[in-house]
Amino acid sequence: MVQNLESEKVDLIIAGISLAPGVARRRRIVNKVMTGLVFTAVVLAMVPLVLILGEVVLRGAPAINLSFLTNLPRPVGVPGGGIANALVGSFIMVGLATLIAVPIGVGAGIFFSEWPESRLSIVSSFANDVLAEFPSIVIGIFVYVVIVLSTKTFSGFAGALALSIIMIPIIARTTEESLKIVPITLREASMALGVSRWRTVIRVVISTGKSGLATGILLAVARAAGETAPLILTALGSFYFPQGLFQPTAALPLLIYTYGISPFRDWQTQAWGAALILIIIMLAFNLSVKFFIGRRPAERAET
Amino acid sequence: MSDYQTTTSKLETKRLKAGFGKLEVLKNVNLQIPERSITAIMGPSGCGKTTFIRCLNRLHELTPGAKVEGEVILDGANIYSPKVDPVAIRRRIGMVFQKPNPFPTMSIYDNVLAGLKLNGVKDKKILDEVAERSLRMAFLWDEVKNHLKKPGTALSGGQQQRLCIARSLAVEPEVILMDEPCSALDPIATAKIEELIVSLKRDYTVVIVTHNMQQAARVSDFTAFLYIGELIEYGSTKDIFENPKSEITEKYITGKFG
Repeated sequence: MVQNLESEKVDLIIAGISLAPGVARRRRIVNKVMTGLVFTAVVLAMVPLVLILGEVVLRGAPAINLSFLTNLPRPVGVPGGGIANALVGSFIMVGLATLIAVPIGVGAGIFFSEWPESRLSIVSSFANDVLAEFPSIVIGIFVYVVIVLSTKTFSGFAGALALSIIMIPIIARTTEESLKIVPITLREASMALGVSRWRTVIRVVISTGKSGLATGILLAVARAAGETAPLILTALGSFYFPQGLFQPTAALPLLIYTYGISPFRDWQTQAWGAALILIIIMLAFNLSVKFFIGRRPAERAET
Repeated sequence: MSDYQTTTSKLETKRLKAGFGKLEVLKNVNLQIPERSITAIMGPSGCGKTTFIRCLNRLHELTPGAKVEGEVILDGANIYSPKVDPVAIRRRIGMVFQKPNPFPTMSIYDNVLAGLKLNGVKDKKILDEVAERSLRMAFLWDEVKNHLKKPGTALSGGQQQRLCIARSLAVEPEVILMDEPCSALDPIATAKIEELIVSLKRDYTVVIVTHNMQQAARVSDFTAFLYIGELIEYGSTKDIFENPKSEITEKYITGKFG
């Protein structure tokens, strides 16, 4: 009590004006209440994550073994079915999508960052933001109409294309943000040495912002690996390994969906197993981002 | 204003006007900068000295909305002529900035050689020679010769600024512009760099912007005094400080405003 009074006196002296008695104590109480509320909010936000992870691990772990990962799906009721083709299909489609999306996305991001005043830049940057918000099923329908109908087949290629359309806006945005953080003084230092504009962008700006770029790409890949809706109408899914790019192709999220809504307990367990694998892959991506990419050089430039 | 034609003027501005959008920062500046000497550009904040120096190496025009009119003549040729490549000009007129800005992703060695490496020079022998020569000229060689692979940002502020000076020297410019190169540094680092600047005038033409009058008095041969975008007075440093002709100059020098 004595301590409280003394710090109230300090408040009064520092403020130099007369405060009503108890103001300092009321402030302390409000402080504690707000801290408590914020802390509760954090805990509440963690609840869904913990519950989902717990559920997936509990239900999915029993299904996981080596043959699960290396076998093809078997008919319902026949034991030993696996997700090998889904793993391969996801790998191929996400890989192809990344090969398409990275050059386009990074190129667009560089343009938005380094030439922001140009009319083309302003318009397409806005278009990019709109595309980023598109429902993925709509993108799936678009690719269905444009590619699947004209090639007369569901295909891994169509699936990869749909995924790349989802990835491009993400990569463009994170690239733009990462490059904008590079201080102007570095660009000026390079140009003051008689280095041309485009060399300055490629060798200095990108090199300084490259960890941000890599983070953006990895996050886009993780997102693509988990998308289901765009694949339903493009890759369709399959029980076999893909024999080429222009055939129905299996993917992990598709398998989870198909098995998960089926009435068969055997398949449902496999769906949980596949979900667990998918989550492990996503976690691995996110952790590797944190682990391999250290403190950004652009931050070091500020010291 | 220019009674100093005894040395040839390396750089000369004629009717130089510059600004941003509607804002006029420099109004009709006519200044001759003699070769192999140190010219200080002085004046209170906002007088346009930074804008002026950035017009000399065509850096000003890179800012969106920037406008430049008039001529800047290097060895008799106007660098703003449409036939001139600004990138080539910046190789002849180098610049050192107020806050040291070594490239954070490069080692000390790569930083010094950035101007060469980024322009495609690959011969290791040439690169090693240029690196040592430039670092020696910047009084930095002995301190870093065994640490060339360390990142450029691992040096102290004063060392980083000397690294930036070495980096500018490596491309062998004819003119070196310095925009308040010591204002972010402590007095000891400042003294080292001032010594370095004086040593440069043997081979280079140096233009240094400074808001520190004592530094201008210590380091420069000629001084130009700018005030609200106009060149008020120009002459040898001795004359400007001891015998200013204009009343505004006199007021600034005696500290009546700053």
